[in-house]
Amino acid sequence: MKAMELEGLTIDGARSALASGEVTATALAELHYERIAARDGKIHSFLALSRERAMAQAAKLDSMASRGEALPVLAGVPVGIKDVLVMRGAPATAGSLILKGYRPPYDATVVAKLEAAGAVLLGKLNCDEFAMGSSNENSAYGPVLNPRALDRVPGGSSGGSAAAVAADFAVATLGTDTGGSIRQPAAFCGVVGVLPTYGRVSRYGLIAFASSLDRVGPLTKTVKDAATMLQVLAGHDELDATSSDRPVEDYVGGLSKPVEGLRVGVPEEYFGEGLDPEIRAAIDGALAGLKAAGCVVKPVSLPHTKYAIPTYYVIATAEASSNLSRFDGVRFGLRAEEAKTLSEMFRKTRDAGFGAEVKRRILLGTYSLSAGYYDAYYRKAQQVRTLLTRDFLAAFAEVDVLVAPVTPTPAFKLGAKTDDPVQMYLEDIYSVAASLAGICGVSVPRGETKAGLPIGVQIMGRHFDEATMLRVAHAIEGGVEAGNG
Amino acid sequence: MSEQAGVTIEDVRRVAELANLELKAEEEPLMQRDLNSILGHIAQLNELDTAGVPAMAQVGEMLGGVANAAGESLRADSVRPSLDRAAVMASAPETDGRFFKVPKVIER
Repeated sequence: MKAMELEGLTIDGARSALASGEVTATALAELHYERIAARDGKIHSFLALSRERAMAQAAKLDSMASRGEALPVLAGVPVGIKDVLVMRGAPATAGSLILKGYRPPYDATVVAKLEAAGAVLLGKLNCDEFAMGSSNENSAYGPVLNPRALDRVPGGSSGGSAAAVAADFAVATLGTDTGGSIRQPAAFCGVVGVLPTYGRVSRYGLIAFASSLDRVGPLTKTVKDAATMLQVLAGHDELDATSSDRPVEDYVGGLSKPVEGLRVGVPEEYFGEGLDPEIRAAIDGALAGLKAAGCVVKPVSLPHTKYAIPTYYVIATAEASSNLSRFDGVRFGLRAEEAKTLSEMFRKTRDAGFGAEVKRRILLGTYSLSAGYYDAYYRKAQQVRTLLTRDFLAAFAEVDVLVAPVTPTPAFKLGAKTDDPVQMYLEDIYSVAASLAGICGVSVPRGETKAGLPIGVQIMGRHFDEATMLRVAHAIEGGVEAGNG
Repeated sequence: MSEQAGVTIEDVRRVAELANLELKAEEEPLMQRDLNSILGHIAQLNELDTAGVPAMAQVGEMLGGVANAAGESLRADSVRPSLDRAAVMASAPETDGRFFKVPKVIER
Protein backbone atom coordinates (compact mmCIF):
# COMPACT_ATOMS: atom_id res chain seq x y z
CA MET A 1 0.00 0.00 0.00
CA LYS A 2 1.51 3.31 -1.08
CA ALA A 3 0.94 6.60 0.71
CA MET A 4 -1.24 7.82 -2.14
CA GLU A 5 -3.79 5.19 -1.33
CA LEU A 6 -4.57 6.83 1.98
CA GLU A 7 -6.60 9.37 0.03
CA GLY A 8 -10.23 8.67 0.67
CA LEU A 9 -9.39 5.64 2.84
CA THR A 10 -12.46 4.73 4.92
CA ILE A 11 -12.98 2.48 7.93
CA ASP A 12 -14.29 -0.26 5.65
CA GLY A 13 -11.35 0.25 3.29
CA ALA A 14 -8.85 0.01 6.12
CA ARG A 15 -10.62 -3.02 7.56
CA SER A 16 -10.66 -4.96 4.32
CA ALA A 17 -7.03 -4.08 3.55
CA LEU A 18 -6.10 -5.41 6.98
CA ALA A 19 -8.27 -8.49 6.69
CA SER A 20 -6.84 -9.43 3.30
CA GLY A 21 -3.30 -8.96 4.57
CA GLU A 22 -2.69 -6.19 2.04
CA VAL A 23 -1.38 -4.07 4.89
CA THR A 24 -0.64 -4.51 8.59
CA ALA A 25 -1.94 -2.19 11.29
CA THR A 26 1.68 -1.23 11.96
CA ALA A 27 2.28 -0.31 8.31
CA LEU A 28 -1.00 1.59 8.11
CA ALA A 29 -0.12 3.66 11.18
CA GLU A 30 3.37 4.26 9.79
CA LEU A 31 1.95 5.43 6.45
CA HIS A 32 -0.28 7.92 8.23
CA TYR A 33 2.65 9.21 10.29
CA GLU A 34 4.70 9.56 7.09
CA ARG A 35 1.93 11.53 5.47
CA ILE A 36 1.62 13.75 8.54
CA ALA A 37 5.39 14.32 8.57
CA ALA A 38 5.37 15.20 4.89
CA ARG A 39 2.35 17.49 4.78
CA ASP A 40 1.15 18.63 8.19
CA GLY A 41 3.96 21.16 8.57
CA LYS A 42 1.88 23.46 6.40
CA ILE A 43 -1.63 22.53 7.64
CA HIS A 44 -0.75 22.23 11.35
CA SER A 45 -3.59 19.93 12.34
CA PHE A 46 -1.67 17.88 14.94
CA LEU A 47 -0.30 19.40 18.14
CA ALA A 48 1.25 16.17 19.44
CA LEU A 49 1.78 12.65 18.16
CA SER A 50 1.31 9.63 20.42
CA ARG A 51 3.52 7.36 18.34
CA GLU A 52 4.54 4.97 21.09
CA ARG A 53 0.97 4.22 22.13
CA ALA A 54 -0.19 3.98 18.52
CA MET A 55 2.54 1.55 17.50
CA ALA A 56 1.98 -0.61 20.59
CA GLN A 57 -1.72 -0.84 19.75
CA ALA A 58 -0.97 -1.60 16.08
CA ALA A 59 1.47 -4.35 17.06
CA LYS A 60 -1.12 -5.87 19.38
CA LEU A 61 -3.70 -5.93 16.60
CA ASP A 62 -1.21 -7.41 14.13
CA SER A 63 -0.43 -10.21 16.50
CA MET A 64 -4.16 -10.84 17.05
CA ALA A 65 -4.60 -10.95 13.28
CA SER A 66 -1.67 -13.32 12.83
CA ARG A 67 -3.22 -15.70 15.34
CA GLY A 68 -6.47 -15.57 13.41
CA GLU A 69 -8.40 -13.94 16.24
CA ALA A 70 -11.58 -11.98 15.53
CA LEU A 71 -10.76 -8.30 15.20
CA PRO A 72 -12.84 -5.52 16.76
CA VAL A 73 -14.81 -3.09 14.62
CA LEU A 74 -12.17 -0.34 14.42
CA ALA A 75 -9.17 -2.67 14.33
CA GLY A 76 -6.17 -0.80 12.94
CA VAL A 77 -8.13 2.34 12.05
CA PRO A 78 -5.90 5.41 12.57
CA VAL A 79 -7.79 8.03 14.56
CA GLY A 80 -6.91 11.52 15.86
CA ILE A 81 -8.23 13.12 19.05
CA LYS A 82 -9.11 16.78 19.55
CA ASP A 83 -6.84 18.27 22.17
CA VAL A 84 -9.67 19.10 24.58
CA LEU A 85 -10.05 15.36 25.29
CA VAL A 86 -7.53 13.73 27.57
CA MET A 87 -5.31 10.79 26.72
CA ARG A 88 -3.27 9.25 29.50
CA GLY A 89 0.31 10.55 29.42
CA ALA A 90 -0.15 12.64 26.27
CA PRO A 91 -0.10 16.45 26.31
CA ALA A 92 -3.57 18.00 26.73
CA THR A 93 -3.38 21.69 25.98
CA ALA A 94 -6.94 22.53 24.88
CA GLY A 95 -5.14 24.91 22.51
CA SER A 96 -4.15 27.04 25.51
CA LEU A 97 -0.86 28.12 27.03
CA ILE A 98 -2.36 27.67 30.48
CA LEU A 99 -2.22 23.89 30.07
CA LYS A 100 1.21 23.78 28.46
CA GLY A 101 3.11 20.77 29.72
CA TYR A 102 0.09 19.10 31.34
CA ARG A 103 -0.04 15.34 30.81
CA PRO A 104 -3.21 13.97 32.36
CA PRO A 105 -2.98 10.62 34.13
CA TYR A 106 -6.18 9.15 32.66
CA ASP A 107 -8.12 8.54 29.44
CA ALA A 108 -11.38 10.16 28.45
CA THR A 109 -14.11 7.51 28.17
CA VAL A 110 -14.38 8.09 24.41
CA VAL A 111 -10.62 7.60 24.04
CA ALA A 112 -10.76 4.34 26.00
CA LYS A 113 -13.76 3.17 23.96
CA LEU A 114 -12.07 3.84 20.64
CA GLU A 115 -8.94 2.02 21.70
CA ALA A 116 -10.92 -0.92 23.05
CA ALA A 117 -12.61 -1.10 19.64
CA GLY A 118 -9.19 -1.41 17.99
CA ALA A 119 -8.55 2.17 16.88
CA VAL A 120 -4.93 3.31 16.66
CA LEU A 121 -4.64 6.71 18.33
CA LEU A 122 -2.26 8.85 16.31
CA GLY A 123 -2.19 11.96 18.48
CA LYS A 124 -3.81 15.19 19.58
CA LEU A 125 -5.40 17.68 17.22
CA ASN A 126 -5.20 21.46 17.14
CA CYS A 127 -8.28 23.49 18.06
CA ASP A 128 -9.37 26.94 19.17
CA GLU A 129 -8.35 27.66 22.75
CA PHE A 130 -10.80 25.84 25.04
CA ALA A 131 -12.91 25.20 21.92
CA MET A 132 -13.80 28.90 21.74
CA GLY A 133 -13.77 29.98 18.14
CA SER A 134 -15.12 29.42 14.65
CA SER A 135 -11.90 29.57 12.63
CA ASN A 136 -9.17 27.84 14.64
CA GLU A 137 -7.35 31.18 14.73
CA ASN A 138 -7.68 31.23 18.53
CA SER A 139 -5.28 28.35 19.11
CA ALA A 140 -2.33 29.50 21.20
CA TYR A 141 -0.18 27.17 19.06
CA GLY A 142 -1.06 28.77 15.73
CA PRO A 143 -3.93 28.32 13.30
CA VAL A 144 -4.81 25.27 11.20
CA LEU A 145 -5.10 25.84 7.45
CA ASN A 146 -7.90 24.40 5.35
CA PRO A 147 -6.45 21.51 3.31
CA ARG A 148 -8.90 22.32 0.50
CA ALA A 149 -7.71 25.95 0.22
CA LEU A 150 -4.61 26.91 2.17
CA ASP A 151 -5.50 30.61 2.36
CA ARG A 152 -8.75 29.73 4.15
CA VAL A 153 -9.64 28.75 7.70
CA PRO A 154 -10.70 25.15 8.37
CA GLY A 155 -13.47 26.35 10.67
CA GLY A 156 -13.51 25.88 14.40
CA SER A 157 -13.23 24.98 17.02
CA SER A 158 -12.53 21.39 15.84
CA GLY A 159 -10.45 22.75 12.93
CA GLY A 160 -7.62 20.27 13.38
CA SER A 161 -10.08 17.37 13.57
CA ALA A 162 -11.74 18.36 10.27
CA ALA A 163 -8.48 19.21 8.50
CA ALA A 164 -6.81 15.93 9.51
CA VAL A 165 -9.65 13.91 7.97
CA ALA A 166 -9.79 16.11 4.86
CA ALA A 167 -6.01 15.77 4.39
CA ASP A 168 -6.11 11.97 4.97
CA PHE A 169 -3.86 12.24 8.03
CA ALA A 170 -6.41 10.07 9.89
CA VAL A 171 -9.32 7.92 8.79
CA ALA A 172 -11.51 9.48 11.48
CA THR A 173 -11.17 11.96 14.33
CA LEU A 174 -12.99 13.09 17.43
CA GLY A 175 -14.18 16.66 17.76
CA THR A 176 -16.37 18.52 20.20
CA ASP A 177 -19.30 20.79 19.47
CA THR A 178 -20.66 23.44 21.83
CA GLY A 179 -22.23 25.82 19.29
CA GLY A 180 -21.24 24.30 15.95
CA SER A 181 -17.64 23.26 16.48
CA ILE A 182 -17.95 19.88 14.75
CA ARG A 183 -20.47 20.71 12.03
CA GLN A 184 -18.99 24.01 10.85
CA PRO A 185 -15.39 22.78 10.34
CA ALA A 186 -16.76 19.61 8.73
CA ALA A 187 -18.63 21.81 6.24
CA PHE A 188 -15.60 24.03 5.60
CA CYS A 189 -13.27 21.08 4.98
CA GLY A 190 -15.67 18.82 3.08
CA VAL A 191 -15.99 15.99 5.61
CA VAL A 192 -18.82 14.48 7.66
CA GLY A 193 -19.26 15.74 11.24
CA VAL A 194 -21.80 14.49 13.76
CA LEU A 195 -23.24 16.34 16.75
CA PRO A 196 -24.85 13.56 18.80
CA THR A 197 -27.83 14.27 21.05
CA TYR A 198 -26.93 15.80 24.41
CA GLY A 199 -26.31 12.84 26.72
CA ARG A 200 -25.66 10.29 23.95
CA VAL A 201 -21.84 10.27 24.19
CA SER A 202 -19.85 10.43 27.43
CA ARG A 203 -17.94 13.60 28.25
CA TYR A 204 -15.78 12.14 30.99
CA GLY A 205 -12.29 13.41 30.21
CA LEU A 206 -13.47 16.37 28.14
CA ILE A 207 -12.01 19.69 29.28
CA ALA A 208 -15.27 21.55 29.86
CA PHE A 209 -16.24 24.77 28.11
CA ALA A 210 -20.04 25.04 28.59
CA SER A 211 -21.39 21.98 30.33
CA SER A 212 -25.04 22.27 29.30
CA LEU A 213 -23.93 22.41 25.65
CA ASP A 214 -20.62 20.53 25.18
CA ARG A 215 -20.80 17.32 23.16
CA VAL A 216 -18.29 14.90 21.68
CA GLY A 217 -18.71 13.47 18.18
CA PRO A 218 -16.89 11.97 15.19
CA LEU A 219 -15.56 13.51 11.97
CA THR A 220 -15.16 11.09 9.08
CA LYS A 221 -14.93 10.81 5.31
CA THR A 222 -18.33 9.11 4.89
CA VAL A 223 -21.67 8.93 6.68
CA LYS A 224 -21.22 5.19 7.09
CA ASP A 225 -17.93 5.77 8.91
CA ALA A 226 -19.66 8.33 11.11
CA ALA A 227 -22.32 5.74 11.96
CA THR A 228 -19.61 3.17 12.76
CA MET A 229 -17.78 5.62 15.02
CA LEU A 230 -20.97 6.73 16.77
CA GLN A 231 -21.88 3.10 17.36
CA VAL A 232 -18.64 2.72 19.33
CA LEU A 233 -18.85 6.09 21.12
CA ALA A 234 -22.51 6.14 22.17
CA GLY A 235 -23.88 4.76 25.39
CA HIS A 236 -24.16 5.31 29.08
CA ASP A 237 -21.06 6.04 31.15
CA GLU A 238 -21.34 5.95 34.89
CA LEU A 239 -18.46 8.42 35.07
CA ASP A 240 -20.62 11.06 33.34
CA ALA A 241 -23.80 11.87 35.24
CA THR A 242 -25.23 13.64 32.18
CA SER A 243 -24.91 10.60 29.93
CA SER A 244 -28.12 8.83 29.00
CA ASP A 245 -28.83 5.18 29.71
CA ARG A 246 -31.12 4.85 26.70
CA PRO A 247 -30.19 1.84 24.58
CA VAL A 248 -28.00 2.61 21.55
CA GLU A 249 -29.68 2.02 18.21
CA ASP A 250 -28.16 0.22 15.24
CA TYR A 251 -26.88 3.24 13.33
CA VAL A 252 -24.95 1.32 10.69
CA GLY A 253 -27.76 -1.13 9.98
CA GLY A 254 -30.24 1.76 9.85
CA LEU A 255 -28.45 3.32 6.89
CA SER A 256 -29.76 0.73 4.47
CA LYS A 257 -33.40 1.47 5.26
CA PRO A 258 -35.15 3.52 2.57
CA VAL A 259 -35.85 7.20 3.13
CA GLU A 260 -39.15 6.91 1.31
CA GLY A 261 -42.02 8.34 3.30
CA LEU A 262 -39.85 10.33 5.70
CA ARG A 263 -41.05 13.87 6.33
CA VAL A 264 -38.31 16.43 5.76
CA GLY A 265 -38.78 19.93 7.18
CA VAL A 266 -37.17 22.99 5.65
CA PRO A 267 -36.97 25.75 8.29
CA GLU A 268 -37.62 29.00 6.45
CA GLU A 269 -35.62 31.05 8.96
CA TYR A 270 -32.44 29.26 7.82
CA PHE A 271 -32.72 30.51 4.24
CA GLY A 272 -32.89 34.26 4.74
CA GLU A 273 -30.62 37.15 3.91
CA GLY A 274 -26.92 36.44 4.17
CA LEU A 275 -27.03 32.85 2.92
CA ASP A 276 -24.58 32.29 0.07
CA PRO A 277 -26.57 31.49 -3.12
CA GLU A 278 -24.29 28.59 -4.03
CA ILE A 279 -24.95 26.97 -0.63
CA ARG A 280 -28.64 27.54 -1.10
CA ALA A 281 -28.53 25.90 -4.53
CA ALA A 282 -26.67 22.88 -3.12
CA ILE A 283 -29.32 22.41 -0.44
CA ASP A 284 -32.12 22.82 -2.97
CA GLY A 285 -30.45 20.06 -4.99
CA ALA A 286 -30.30 17.79 -1.94
CA LEU A 287 -33.96 18.48 -1.17
CA ALA A 288 -34.99 17.74 -4.76
CA GLY A 289 -33.15 14.45 -4.46
CA LEU A 290 -34.92 13.55 -1.22
CA LYS A 291 -38.25 14.38 -2.84
CA ALA A 292 -37.43 12.16 -5.78
CA ALA A 293 -36.55 9.37 -3.36
CA GLY A 294 -40.03 9.58 -1.86
CA CYS A 295 -39.55 11.96 1.06
CA VAL A 296 -42.24 14.48 1.85
CA VAL A 297 -40.48 17.84 1.85
CA LYS A 298 -42.31 20.67 3.53
CA PRO A 299 -41.61 24.12 4.96
CA VAL A 300 -41.59 24.53 8.72
CA SER A 301 -41.00 27.51 10.98
CA LEU A 302 -38.59 27.86 13.90
CA PRO A 303 -39.71 31.37 14.80
CA HIS A 304 -37.12 32.16 17.49
CA THR A 305 -34.09 31.31 15.35
CA LYS A 306 -32.74 34.86 15.22
CA TYR A 307 -32.41 34.83 19.01
CA ALA A 308 -30.20 31.75 19.08
CA ILE A 309 -26.87 33.59 18.80
CA PRO A 310 -27.51 36.12 21.60
CA THR A 311 -28.94 33.34 23.79
CA TYR A 312 -25.95 31.13 23.13
CA TYR A 313 -23.38 33.82 23.87
CA VAL A 314 -24.96 34.54 27.25
CA ILE A 315 -25.30 30.91 28.32
CA ALA A 316 -22.04 29.56 26.90
CA THR A 317 -19.94 32.38 28.34
CA ALA A 318 -21.64 32.20 31.75
CA GLU A 319 -20.87 28.49 31.98
CA ALA A 320 -17.35 29.04 30.66
CA SER A 321 -16.62 31.68 33.29
CA SER A 322 -17.44 29.10 35.92
CA ASN A 323 -15.74 26.09 34.27
CA LEU A 324 -12.53 27.95 33.53
CA SER A 325 -12.09 29.11 37.11
CA ARG A 326 -10.27 25.81 37.71
CA PHE A 327 -7.29 27.03 35.68
CA ASP A 328 -5.49 28.88 38.42
CA GLY A 329 -1.95 27.53 38.53
CA VAL A 330 -2.52 25.29 41.54
CA ARG A 331 -2.91 21.75 40.25
CA PHE A 332 -1.74 21.55 36.63
CA GLY A 333 -0.29 23.49 33.75
CA LEU A 334 1.16 26.95 33.90
CA ARG A 335 1.96 28.83 37.11
CA ALA A 336 3.19 32.43 37.14
CA GLU A 337 6.42 32.30 39.09
CA GLU A 338 6.80 35.85 40.31
CA ALA A 339 3.62 35.99 42.43
CA LYS A 340 4.00 36.55 46.17
CA THR A 341 0.49 35.68 47.29
CA LEU A 342 -2.10 33.14 46.23
CA SER A 343 -4.50 35.66 44.70
CA GLU A 344 -1.69 37.34 42.81
CA MET A 345 -0.64 33.92 41.52
CA PHE A 346 -4.20 33.24 40.27
CA ARG A 347 -4.37 36.54 38.40
CA LYS A 348 -0.88 36.45 36.92
CA THR A 349 -1.24 32.84 35.84
CA ARG A 350 -4.57 33.47 34.15
CA ASP A 351 -3.32 36.66 32.52
CA ALA A 352 -0.31 34.87 31.05
CA GLY A 353 -2.16 31.66 30.22
CA PHE A 354 -5.40 32.76 28.56
CA GLY A 355 -5.70 34.28 25.10
CA ALA A 356 -7.84 37.30 24.20
CA GLU A 357 -10.97 35.40 23.15
CA VAL A 358 -10.99 33.29 26.29
CA LYS A 359 -10.59 36.40 28.46
CA ARG A 360 -13.36 38.13 26.51
CA ARG A 361 -15.73 35.24 27.13
CA ILE A 362 -14.81 34.88 30.79
CA LEU A 363 -15.44 38.62 31.27
CA LEU A 364 -18.75 38.50 29.42
CA GLY A 365 -19.89 35.43 31.37
CA THR A 366 -18.83 36.90 34.69
CA TYR A 367 -20.62 40.14 33.81
CA SER A 368 -23.92 38.45 32.94
CA LEU A 369 -23.80 36.38 36.14
CA SER A 370 -22.85 39.28 38.38
CA ALA A 371 -25.16 40.95 40.87
CA GLY A 372 -27.72 43.17 39.18
CA TYR A 373 -27.38 41.58 35.75
CA TYR A 374 -28.24 37.94 36.38
CA ASP A 375 -32.00 38.26 35.69
CA ALA A 376 -31.55 40.62 32.76
CA TYR A 377 -29.06 38.43 30.94
CA TYR A 378 -28.61 34.90 32.22
CA ARG A 379 -32.15 34.16 33.29
CA LYS A 380 -33.56 35.87 30.21
CA ALA A 381 -31.33 33.72 27.98
CA GLN A 382 -32.42 30.57 29.80
CA GLN A 383 -36.04 31.48 29.12
CA VAL A 384 -35.37 32.10 25.45
CA ARG A 385 -33.57 28.76 25.37
CA THR A 386 -36.88 27.20 26.36
CA LEU A 387 -38.61 28.98 23.47
CA LEU A 388 -35.94 27.82 21.01
CA THR A 389 -36.29 24.23 22.21
CA ARG A 390 -40.08 24.40 21.96
CA ASP A 391 -39.66 25.54 18.34
CA PHE A 392 -37.85 22.29 17.58
CA LEU A 393 -40.27 20.09 19.53
CA ALA A 394 -43.18 21.65 17.60
CA ALA A 395 -41.40 21.16 14.26
CA PHE A 396 -40.57 17.54 15.08
CA ALA A 397 -44.25 16.86 15.70
CA GLU A 398 -44.71 17.60 11.98
CA VAL A 399 -41.53 16.25 10.40
CA ASP A 400 -38.88 13.58 11.04
CA VAL A 401 -35.77 15.60 10.23
CA LEU A 402 -34.85 19.17 9.34
CA VAL A 403 -32.56 20.07 6.44
CA ALA A 404 -30.72 23.40 6.47
CA PRO A 405 -27.37 25.02 5.75
CA VAL A 406 -24.52 24.54 8.24
CA THR A 407 -22.94 27.91 7.58
CA PRO A 408 -23.97 31.11 5.76
CA THR A 409 -20.79 31.11 3.65
CA PRO A 410 -18.08 28.67 2.59
CA ALA A 411 -14.67 28.78 4.34
CA PHE A 412 -13.45 32.36 4.70
CA LYS A 413 -9.90 33.69 4.51
CA LEU A 414 -7.59 33.77 7.50
CA GLY A 415 -7.86 37.09 9.30
CA ALA A 416 -11.18 37.99 7.65
CA LYS A 417 -13.17 38.07 10.88
CA THR A 418 -10.63 38.31 13.67
CA ASP A 419 -11.19 42.03 14.35
CA ASP A 420 -14.88 41.84 15.17
CA PRO A 421 -16.10 39.24 17.68
CA VAL A 422 -19.76 39.71 16.74
CA GLN A 423 -19.02 38.99 13.05
CA MET A 424 -17.19 35.84 14.11
CA TYR A 425 -20.06 34.79 16.40
CA LEU A 426 -22.59 35.25 13.58
CA GLU A 427 -20.70 32.51 11.75
CA ASP A 428 -22.58 30.09 14.06
CA ILE A 429 -26.02 31.37 13.08
CA TYR A 430 -27.29 28.05 11.68
CA SER A 431 -25.61 25.78 14.20
CA VAL A 432 -26.21 27.15 17.70
CA ALA A 433 -29.96 26.55 17.91
CA ALA A 434 -29.51 22.76 17.70
CA SER A 435 -26.83 23.06 20.39
CA LEU A 436 -29.15 24.94 22.73
CA ALA A 437 -32.03 22.51 22.14
CA GLY A 438 -29.88 19.41 22.66
CA ILE A 439 -31.00 17.75 19.43
CA CYS A 440 -28.67 15.85 17.11
CA GLY A 441 -27.20 17.23 13.89
CA VAL A 442 -24.82 16.27 11.13
CA SER A 443 -22.96 18.13 8.41
CA VAL A 444 -22.60 16.17 5.21
CA PRO A 445 -20.61 17.39 2.17
CA ARG A 446 -22.64 18.27 -0.86
CA GLY A 447 -20.54 19.47 -3.77
CA GLU A 448 -18.50 22.63 -3.86
CA THR A 449 -18.66 26.24 -4.93
CA LYS A 450 -17.37 27.46 -8.29
CA ALA A 451 -14.22 28.48 -6.43
CA GLY A 452 -13.78 24.88 -5.31
CA LEU A 453 -14.74 25.30 -1.65
CA PRO A 454 -16.71 22.50 0.02
CA ILE A 455 -20.38 22.97 0.89
CA GLY A 456 -22.04 21.25 3.85
CA VAL A 457 -25.69 20.37 4.32
CA GLN A 458 -27.02 20.10 7.85
CA ILE A 459 -29.55 17.47 8.85
CA MET A 460 -31.03 17.86 12.33
CA GLY A 461 -32.88 15.06 14.07
CA ARG A 462 -35.04 14.53 17.14
CA HIS A 463 -33.46 13.92 20.52
CA PHE A 464 -31.85 10.45 20.38
CA ASP A 465 -32.97 9.86 16.79
CA GLU A 466 -29.50 9.79 15.26
CA ALA A 467 -30.56 6.74 13.23
CA THR A 468 -33.10 8.63 11.10
CA MET A 469 -30.82 11.66 10.81
CA LEU A 470 -27.91 9.54 9.56
CA ARG A 471 -30.17 7.67 7.14
CA VAL A 472 -31.14 10.97 5.49
CA ALA A 473 -27.51 12.15 5.53
CA HIS A 474 -26.51 8.88 3.84
CA ALA A 475 -29.12 9.44 1.13
CA ILE A 476 -27.91 13.00 0.51
CA GLU A 477 -24.29 11.88 0.42
CA GLY A 478 -25.10 9.13 -2.05
CA GLY A 479 -26.53 11.71 -4.43
CA VAL A 480 -30.20 10.83 -4.08
CA GLU A 481 -30.81 13.11 -7.04
CA ALA A 482 -29.85 10.14 -9.17
CA GLY A 483 -33.51 9.17 -8.88
CA ASN A 484 -34.32 12.42 -10.61
CA GLY A 485 -32.92 11.05 -13.83
CA MET B 1 -30.85 44.60 30.25
CA SER B 2 -32.60 47.85 31.04
CA GLU B 3 -29.13 49.22 31.81
CA GLN B 4 -28.28 50.41 28.34
CA ALA B 5 -25.72 52.89 29.61
CA GLY B 6 -23.12 50.39 28.51
CA VAL B 7 -20.08 48.84 30.12
CA THR B 8 -17.62 51.36 31.56
CA ILE B 9 -13.90 50.90 32.14
CA GLU B 10 -14.72 50.57 35.85
CA ASP B 11 -17.13 47.73 35.02
CA VAL B 12 -14.40 45.99 33.04
CA ARG B 13 -12.02 46.27 35.99
CA ARG B 14 -14.64 45.09 38.47
CA VAL B 15 -15.57 42.06 36.39
CA ALA B 16 -11.91 41.24 35.73
CA GLU B 17 -11.33 41.24 39.48
CA LEU B 18 -14.32 38.96 40.04
CA ALA B 19 -12.96 36.60 37.39
CA ASN B 20 -9.39 36.64 38.77
CA LEU B 21 -8.13 38.15 35.56
CA GLU B 22 -5.45 40.81 35.47
CA LEU B 23 -5.86 42.86 32.32
CA LYS B 24 -3.05 44.97 30.98
CA ALA B 25 -3.88 48.68 30.79
CA GLU B 26 -4.01 48.54 26.99
CA GLU B 27 -6.39 45.54 27.08
CA GLU B 28 -9.06 47.34 29.12
CA PRO B 29 -10.46 49.67 26.42
CA LEU B 30 -10.44 46.84 23.88
CA MET B 31 -12.42 44.60 26.20
CA GLN B 32 -14.78 47.48 26.97
CA ARG B 33 -15.41 48.00 23.25
CA ASP B 34 -15.96 44.28 22.61
CA LEU B 35 -18.25 43.75 25.61
CA ASN B 36 -20.40 46.69 24.55
CA SER B 37 -20.58 45.41 21.01
CA ILE B 38 -21.55 41.88 22.12
CA LEU B 39 -24.01 43.10 24.74
CA GLY B 40 -25.55 45.38 22.11
CA HIS B 41 -26.24 42.29 20.03
CA ILE B 42 -27.55 40.40 23.06
CA ALA B 43 -30.01 43.23 23.78
CA GLN B 44 -32.20 41.79 20.99
CA LEU B 45 -33.48 39.32 23.58
CA ASN B 46 -35.48 42.20 25.06
CA GLU B 47 -37.80 42.07 22.06
CA LEU B 48 -39.25 38.86 23.46
CA ASP B 49 -41.84 38.74 26.20
CA THR B 50 -40.72 35.84 28.35
CA ALA B 51 -43.09 36.38 31.25
CA GLY B 52 -44.13 32.97 32.53
CA VAL B 53 -41.64 31.07 30.36
CA PRO B 54 -39.65 28.60 32.49
CA ALA B 55 -35.88 29.03 32.54
CA MET B 56 -34.02 26.09 31.01
CA ALA B 57 -30.74 25.14 32.64
CA GLN B 58 -30.25 21.90 30.78
CA VAL B 59 -31.81 19.81 28.06
CA GLY B 60 -33.14 16.98 30.21
CA GLU B 61 -35.72 19.30 31.77
CA MET B 62 -37.39 19.81 28.41
CA LEU B 63 -37.68 16.17 27.51
CA GLY B 64 -40.36 15.34 30.03
CA GLY B 65 -40.67 11.57 30.09
CA VAL B 66 -37.21 11.29 28.60
CA ALA B 67 -35.69 12.99 31.64
CA ASN B 68 -34.88 9.76 33.37
CA ALA B 69 -33.30 8.42 30.25
CA ALA B 70 -31.29 11.61 29.91
CA GLY B 71 -28.97 10.70 32.71
CA GLU B 72 -30.75 11.28 35.97
CA SER B 73 -30.52 7.74 37.22
CA LEU B 74 -28.22 7.26 40.17
CA ARG B 75 -25.24 4.97 40.17
CA ALA B 76 -24.45 2.55 42.95
CA ASP B 77 -22.88 4.21 45.96
CA SER B 78 -19.82 2.00 46.07
CA VAL B 79 -16.16 2.62 46.77
CA ARG B 80 -13.88 2.61 43.76
CA PRO B 81 -10.23 3.48 43.28
CA SER B 82 -9.51 7.12 42.49
CA LEU B 83 -6.59 8.46 40.48
CA ASP B 84 -3.15 7.57 41.75
CA ARG B 85 -1.80 10.43 43.85
CA ALA B 86 1.73 10.23 42.46
CA ALA B 87 0.41 10.37 38.89
CA VAL B 88 -1.67 13.44 39.71
CA MET B 89 1.14 15.19 41.55
CA ALA B 90 3.47 14.59 38.60
CA SER B 91 1.56 17.35 36.76
CA ALA B 92 1.51 19.82 39.65
CA PRO B 93 3.51 23.05 39.31
CA GLU B 94 4.69 22.68 42.93
CA THR B 95 4.13 19.83 45.34
CA ASP B 96 5.68 18.15 48.36
CA GLY B 97 4.56 14.81 46.95
CA ARG B 98 1.42 14.70 49.06
CA PHE B 99 -0.13 18.15 48.65
CA PHE B 100 -0.22 21.01 46.15
CA LYS B 101 1.96 23.87 47.33
CA VAL B 102 0.87 27.48 46.76
CA PRO B 103 2.15 30.93 47.74
CA LYS B 104 0.91 32.29 51.07
CA VAL B 105 -2.79 32.98 51.21
CA ILE B 106 -2.94 35.97 53.56
CA GLU B 107 -1.06 39.19 52.92
CA ARG B 108 0.41 41.03 55.89
